[in-house]
Amino acid sequence: MSEAAIEVSDLHKSYGPVEAVRGVSFSVGRGEVFGLLGPNGAGKTTTVEILEGYRKRTAGDVSVLGHDPQRRDRALQERVGVVLQSGGFHPQLTAREAVDHAARAYPHPRDAAETISLVGLEDSSDVRIKRLSGGQQRRLDLAMALVGDPEVVFLDEPTTGFDPAARRTAWTAVRALKDLGKTVLLTTHYLDEAQSLADRVAIIKEGRIVAEGPPSDLGPGSAGYRVSYLAAGARVEHQTDDPTDLLHRLTGDALARGERLDGLEVARPSLEDVYLELTSEDGRGDSS
Amino acid sequence: MNTANLAWAQFRLERKLFWRNPSAAFFSFGLPLLILLLTASVFAGASDELNVLIPGVAGMSVMATTFNAMAFNVTFRREQGLLKRALATPMPLSSYFAGFLGNAVVNAFVQVGIVVVLGHLLYGVDWPRDWLELVVFTAVGVFSFGALGVALSQAIPSFDAAAAYVNIVFLPAIFISGVFYSTEALPGALDAIAQILPLKHVIDGFGGAIVTGRGLVDNAGSLLVVALWGLAGIFLSVRSFRWE
Repeated sequence: MSEAAIEVSDLHKSYGPVEAVRGVSFSVGRGEVFGLLGPNGAGKTTTVEILEGYRKRTAGDVSVLGHDPQRRDRALQERVGVVLQSGGFHPQLTAREAVDHAARAYPHPRDAAETISLVGLEDSSDVRIKRLSGGQQRRLDLAMALVGDPEVVFLDEPTTGFDPAARRTAWTAVRALKDLGKTVLLTTHYLDEAQSLADRVAIIKEGRIVAEGPPSDLGPGSAGYRVSYLAAGARVEHQTDDPTDLLHRLTGDALARGERLDGLEVARPSLEDVYLELTSEDGRGDSS
Repeated sequence: MNTANLAWAQFRLERKLFWRNPSAAFFSFGLPLLILLLTASVFAGASDELNVLIPGVAGMSVMATTFNAMAFNVTFRREQGLLKRALATPMPLSSYFAGFLGNAVVNAFVQVGIVVVLGHLLYGVDWPRDWLELVVFTAVGVFSFGALGVALSQAIPSFDAAAAYVNIVFLPAIFISGVFYSTEALPGALDAIAQILPLKHVIDGFGGAIVTGRGLVDNAGSLLVVALWGLAGIFLSVRSFRWE
């Protein structure tokens, strides 16, 4: 594996007395889809905007494809695509004109028409952007980020405000980026989005990363299995890291007493449980 | 593509955008011409007044097509996220702003030309005595007012507020700088303010070029004042530039 596409080490960012990012470190390998997951105001957008070169960091080290983004090297910008949270279009241009124009600044752009097809806008490419729907404009946003054939794509909350159908479409587009071999850094406050798109997820809270790993690993490792049943009409719940042993004892005891374990459930905690636990006010994220 | 080619590409896009936005085109082209036609009709045949009015409206046109247009456009683009997008692409900001300002330069030259031609054909004002002086003052005025427009946009909080910010500068400036009447009629204090600001000096240069024949050498002081304002505008724009 070659060097990481994105390296962030002990990143700090303050706005006056407010510390938005307080020592964030992670690295994203080439071709990997990495999700920064966290509630609003956790520091996701600040972190991404530092990586995109929009903001200067207060302290720490940051590298994107070996460049320091805050220097705004043209050589780096040619290899990076940025998908904005919203807007950024001249409403009176057509989609094709906007993508054509954006392509000019890159040394090896993708074909504009092909890029427009890639995001599924080929039927609307000659329509003025002001007449495109919100979802179509977001797809155009993606086309603008892809026309330079970037190696790294930043997606800041790509589906915030989308209806469910538009979210599915956007997810398909992100998966297509992975298939194209792009390194993708996406931020989201939707757990299911991180879970279904990202190879690895970092959960960020109050400017710090409180958990990191593949979505599947963030589950059981972080909080135990829950085993519960009804006893005298009330639900009894146990937590364990080893449900096999616990179930053996519970069922053995019940059989010995000649009783049934009504309503027996074994729940593997979802990433949602981990997320809620880590990001809740009294969650263990505070102790880190 | 290199920086110059990208600036040219941006310029061509800006021309396309300009003509696709008829209301903006009207305000920067139509309004000064309308004012010229209305006021010149009042003064028709009064050559003294016309000799003030034609250079005055030409100067106002330079300010409207550059200062007002840049202040509105930069504010609009910031609010729409267009500056943010421009910053994310490898398009150098110098190319971007060169193309952007180039569009305003074309508008200003076209409009000064229209004012001069209408002044001659409709109202019998003589053809300019010094074409070079006319071009030089237009060019320096465009550079200066364009930079000041970008600088002002940094102070404008939102596009909704842009008209108020622009007009609080533009309207007093055209009234005290001798667009409609000679500044000799102004109270001393207002004239002193006008002497500091660039518009009066652009108009003096146009007056020299079109009417009096007072040449570039004699108007060098005015040219210097306008150029210094332009440098101040660039300095403020670069120092306080913000994309959001």
